[in-house]
Amino acid sequence: MLKTFSIGGIHPEENKLSAQSAIQELPIPKIATIPIAQHIGAPAKAIVKKGDEVKVGQVIAQSSGFVSANIHSSVSGTVFKVDDVMDATGFRRTSIIIKVDGDEWLEHIDRSEDLVTEITQTKEEIIKRVGDAGIVGLGGATFPAHVKLSVPPGKTAEVLVINAVECEPYLTSDHRVMLEKADEIMVGIEILMKALEVKKAIIGIENNKPDAIAHMTQVATKYSGIEVCPLKTQYPQGGEKQLISATMKREVPSGALPIEVGAVVQNVGTAFAVYEAIQKNKPLFERVATITGKSLKNPSNWKFRVGTPVSDIIEAAGGLPEDTAKIVGGGPMMGKALVSVDVPLTKGSSGLLLLAEEETARKATKACIRCGKCVSVCPMGLEPYLLMVLADKKEYERLENDAVMDCIECGSCSFTCPATRPLLDYIRLGKGKVGQIMRARK
Amino acid sequence: MNTKVLVAPSPHIHSGDSIQKNMYGVVFAMLPALLLSFYYFGLGSIIVTLTAVASCYFFEFLIQKYLLKVEPTIKDGSALITGILLAFNMPANLPIWIIIIGALVAIGIGKLTFGGLGNNVFNPALVGRVFLLISFPVQMTSWPKALGFQTSYLDAETGATPLAIIKEGLNKGDSLTDLMAQLPSNMDMFLGNMGGSLGEVAGAALVLGLLYMLVKKIITWHIPVSIIGTVVVFSGILNMASPEAYAGPAFHILTGGLLLGAIFMATDYVTSPMSNKGMLIYGIGIGILSVVIRVFGAYPEGVSFAILIMNAFVPLINVYVKPKRFGEKRK
Amino acid sequence: MNIIVITILALCAIGVAAAIILYFVAQKFKVYEDPRIDEVEEALPAANCGGCGYPGCRGFAEALVKADDISNFNCPVGGAAVMSHVGGILGHDVKAADPTVAVIRCNGTCDNRPKTNIYDGATSCTIAASLYSGDTGCQHGCLGLGECVDACNFDAMYMDKETGLPVIIEDKCVSCGACVKACPNSIIELRKKGPKSRRIFVSCVNKDKGGVAKKACSVACIGCGKCVKECPFDAITLENNLAYIDYNKCKLCRKCVIVCPTNAIHELNFPPRKEKPATKPTAATVKPVAKPVAKPEADTAVKSEDKENGTSDNK
Repeated sequence: MLKTFSIGGIHPEENKLSAQSAIQELPIPKIATIPIAQHIGAPAKAIVKKGDEVKVGQVIAQSSGFVSANIHSSVSGTVFKVDDVMDATGFRRTSIIIKVDGDEWLEHIDRSEDLVTEITQTKEEIIKRVGDAGIVGLGGATFPAHVKLSVPPGKTAEVLVINAVECEPYLTSDHRVMLEKADEIMVGIEILMKALEVKKAIIGIENNKPDAIAHMTQVATKYSGIEVCPLKTQYPQGGEKQLISATMKREVPSGALPIEVGAVVQNVGTAFAVYEAIQKNKPLFERVATITGKSLKNPSNWKFRVGTPVSDIIEAAGGLPEDTAKIVGGGPMMGKALVSVDVPLTKGSSGLLLLAEEETARKATKACIRCGKCVSVCPMGLEPYLLMVLADKKEYERLENDAVMDCIECGSCSFTCPATRPLLDYIRLGKGKVGQIMRARK
Repeated sequence: MNTKVLVAPSPHIHSGDSIQKNMYGVVFAMLPALLLSFYYFGLGSIIVTLTAVASCYFFEFLIQKYLLKVEPTIKDGSALITGILLAFNMPANLPIWIIIIGALVAIGIGKLTFGGLGNNVFNPALVGRVFLLISFPVQMTSWPKALGFQTSYLDAETGATPLAIIKEGLNKGDSLTDLMAQLPSNMDMFLGNMGGSLGEVAGAALVLGLLYMLVKKIITWHIPVSIIGTVVVFSGILNMASPEAYAGPAFHILTGGLLLGAIFMATDYVTSPMSNKGMLIYGIGIGILSVVIRVFGAYPEGVSFAILIMNAFVPLINVYVKPKRFGEKRK
Repeated sequence: MNIIVITILALCAIGVAAAIILYFVAQKFKVYEDPRIDEVEEALPAANCGGCGYPGCRGFAEALVKADDISNFNCPVGGAAVMSHVGGILGHDVKAADPTVAVIRCNGTCDNRPKTNIYDGATSCTIAASLYSGDTGCQHGCLGLGECVDACNFDAMYMDKETGLPVIIEDKCVSCGACVKACPNSIIELRKKGPKSRRIFVSCVNKDKGGVAKKACSVACIGCGKCVKECPFDAITLENNLAYIDYNKCKLCRKCVIVCPTNAIHELNFPPRKEKPATKPTAATVKPVAKPVAKPEADTAVKSEDKENGTSDNK
């Protein structure tokens, strides 16, 4: 029996179309649009202005708080303007627009491919450097990585759990990074272990990537304390709490952080970014993303510079198919629909998914037939059918009592519902309102 | 691409499951039992089934279109299920006008009065059946014998069900062993070779349907297993306490509508609890009530009443029995 | 026969006994309530809309009776007449509040503000607003999913299928403010009803710079400030590229309406203009196209819609 999380879960069609496509490098764009808010927390503060010359890797926007992250230039050239530009959700947000000229990197960045295994820096230096390099969780949530590494006083981390599950259908970027950069990831994990002062790291990989499991297991033998844990292919295996439940058999209490049970979870891509930041002096300005879709000519994985327009990566993969009805940034279960292809790729772009109408268009909402399928698939043991009704009726007190804040927004309920009810839409609404009420109470 | 893109909150894909798929899945699961009933009861069963299904559709359409003035939902297949289940609960020689009244009560009072599919508290087919059982007890309890390929309808040769034989016999003061000797063998009862309603005689076919629904994940195991398990345990205890007064578990499970109720009636989505824990409680309740009514009550058969009584408890179960939450703080 | 008599007598005896018990129980558990609460509640319109800020008319009546000074209380449904009646019951002076009415400050019809994408989520403005900027280029305007209409308890609103915007039936609007609270983009405002229901307001809430706003919607306020300069009464202020007319200062001279280059300023229920169109040819020629709601026929149009709604309700 493969390990998996304790309750609920679904198994959508995997559709890992691009799993066999090696990572390619996307051409540098002519104009890079770099938003100053690419992470959860306070937006960074722009420190360049129109006309400034910037080099690759230079800080262009500074972190503005503890939960915030630096933004580095991904290209070299001149700042064209700092202005409000439409982001993926259609809202206008401040971005730094750079006209690209050549590809000149800051000198201290080590651009060689050599593996550096020796870790010379202390725990404090590592955490500071991770923060300076603007590293955020690359699984999609974009939570600043240094915050998770700073264990709060009174708590101790016991195990570092590396999230290499990639439970979202379609996405394959982590899979490819593991196959191609296994050694670098292992060194990155060692650095993270040193920063957290833990002796053990578990890499959770879903069983639908046997080649990655075999390769990582083999490479891991060279490093002490790192172990690969194959997991059942079941969504949402990559949810933080679900992953801890699957790998460590511990349940993070409701409302608490993983550190409560001695665990810290980092994405496998983050581990690679940490390696580059610490050993190669390279801040986070490029990452790997999957571009995929059933009608796409060439589903593939690309290393791109932050700020590259979405249209570029679509062009590189063979152009936008005729039947595209929805463009999703991220995976089909938790990704966000883009309003246009003229928005930039950011640190959080783990993939781009082009869906045809028959695959994605919602069907008419019907009356709830009380089949209980949403209850049985909810990985948090909630009652989605009830939460939806309560959110619609604005019963916020009951919503709170029925643990709406535990919802991880995985979408299993909406995915399953035979009456195609927009369960998660309403639950998310209720969660927002209850969150406001709870904050106001404090 | 010329058209505008769609924008919606996640998730962006759907399992493709639908109400229709589930409903027609249940209908498919009922087919073996339906076909066997055609075999055992012949022409009468075909007439009863067709009349029940047609009048369920007819009343659903009529009431929704002209009385409630809403878009009729006859396409979702729930009227078909109600129709077949209603037929399953009737003897094969029931006059047509009684069947039509049953369908009207089932659809009109059992379902649409509450607001249609999803809002009804009681299983519509059972509401119809129990109404008929109380209003027309003679017609509803004169079962034709399962002889195979019959062509007679209203004048079919009738006989009592095993449950009725036992009940009446015990009331007369006969010994249970003598009465049991009059019954068909357990194997015959499992295959349906006994008197009874259309759908309740063929245990084997019903179990086949259950397996299909479990494999297709239309229902979970909780309700049928808890009902049958409870009946086995409860009747087993009674039987061990006094073998002369109470029949054993095998008899209770194979006779009457217990399998039909446990597999197709109690598992109705709308009128059963939402959480697995709730389903177990609901199933245990039905099991206990069924045996209590059969053994101690006035009626020889109690599954319908047991399910209806537990239906009434479902809203309460949903409120007080919550699924186990992940990382729930233990007090 | 005997049985019937006994039955009737027994039932009567039980009834009398129960009545006596009930009487004493009622005496025992009687709660004293100011009789004026009932009286005030009687005077209130019993709409239970919550527009006053209290839970229903009963709650409002209790608050009124308890208060020493009721000049700050207002029943938006009943208006001055009801409040003076209540004041009479309670022996307080009431100053008459100006009647207000809800106005929709967005004119982003399908023609004026083309759609840029298709919203496919749950039919709720709040959900759409928390997800993204909406299905047009304007991130401030009406989302068109009708949450305000659902919130209205008085059937005073409907969604116009042609424009995709909500419409307020003035005669039915009691100005309770439910729609104002429901709108996530704060498009709806309660404004002074004005003499003969005449009102002037900026029908736009777009705070983007002129170019961006104009690109998204042809009737957006572009923050040019012409109206501010034109207004003889200093009633118009410009903030975040958006003009706002203070209804307490506005004297309904309609000069701002003429100068607005995008026709973002609307006039409601005015008689047709008499002055020669020659002075402002551009504005005058553009106007009829861009202002379907404002023109004099509005008065009759509203009434006919009113009637339609009334009859459909009776069905």
